[in-house]
Amino acid sequence: MTDHRDYQGAKMGMWLFLFTEILLFGGLFVLYSVTLGRFPAEFHQASQLLDVTMGTTNTVILITSSLFAALAVTALQKGNAKLAQIFIALTIAFACGFLVIKYFEWTHKFHVGIYPGSPDIADWAPGKQAFFSLYFAMTGLHGIHVVIGMAVLSWVSWLIRVGKCTPEYFVALENAGLYWHLVDLIWIYLFPLYYLIT
Amino acid sequence: MSNTHSEHHGPGYGLFIAIWGVLMCLTVVTVWAASIDLGFLNVVAAMTIASTKALLVTFFFMHLKYENITLKTMVLLAFVILAIFIGFTFFDTAYR
Repeated sequence: MTDHRDYQGAKMGMWLFLFTEILLFGGLFVLYSVTLGRFPAEFHQASQLLDVTMGTTNTVILITSSLFAALAVTALQKGNAKLAQIFIALTIAFACGFLVIKYFEWTHKFHVGIYPGSPDIADWAPGKQAFFSLYFAMTGLHGIHVVIGMAVLSWVSWLIRVGKCTPEYFVALENAGLYWHLVDLIWIYLFPLYYLIT
Repeated sequence: MSNTHSEHHGPGYGLFIAIWGVLMCLTVVTVWAASIDLGFLNVVAAMTIASTKALLVTFFFMHLKYENITLKTMVLLAFVILAIFIGFTFFDTAYR
């Protein structure tokens, strides 16, 4: 008796899930663009309070982690499970780096009194407040996705170790990779919208 | 057999590293473009560069280039629906 395996179906299911994620973030991007249309000057002012160097570093880190995720799939397809696991470990390591920078950014903002519901920003112009509400909501939701992605990648690495994700049947790693690339994709838009708005 | 298998899933390490290189260059370009004052065109330029990066990620990293027509159509449809979603919201807010 053999297991029933539907490679195309499994991958299509993952894409369908990713569409719901695109819709989730899409709603927030709509909210962002409508608010930007109403308060362009305030958004520009508020955006200058963010650290472009940290944002750019995080973009480089996340795209590099995405590269390692893609390389992991190729390694497993080529039959090199050990190398695939090393690439997954590198993906997770870079994801950690991303979160550490995010942590420093957020704690610095909290330190200078910029956080949701802060009394310090209650007197600010509404557009400037809205910018930071959206910033914390969207980068926060994105951060949660980074953590989930790291957990999923660790789980797939374990599946490879116990021989449940193999060079013959690697859809678990491919789907985890798809999720990770989506996390990267969302950051590709978040970065210019928050850090580079002029 | 194993040959057709690897052909179907196409890309090797080199291609991915090349795509990564292009993505790094585009990141530099987007930071540089933001430092020039183009008015509203700054947003257009930033979104064009971001979409180019997104296209490279979906086509190569996410293997969409190597997928069948059904999956390609599904992804296209999802983005068309997203464009309608964003576009119609703007029709609504722009004419209030």
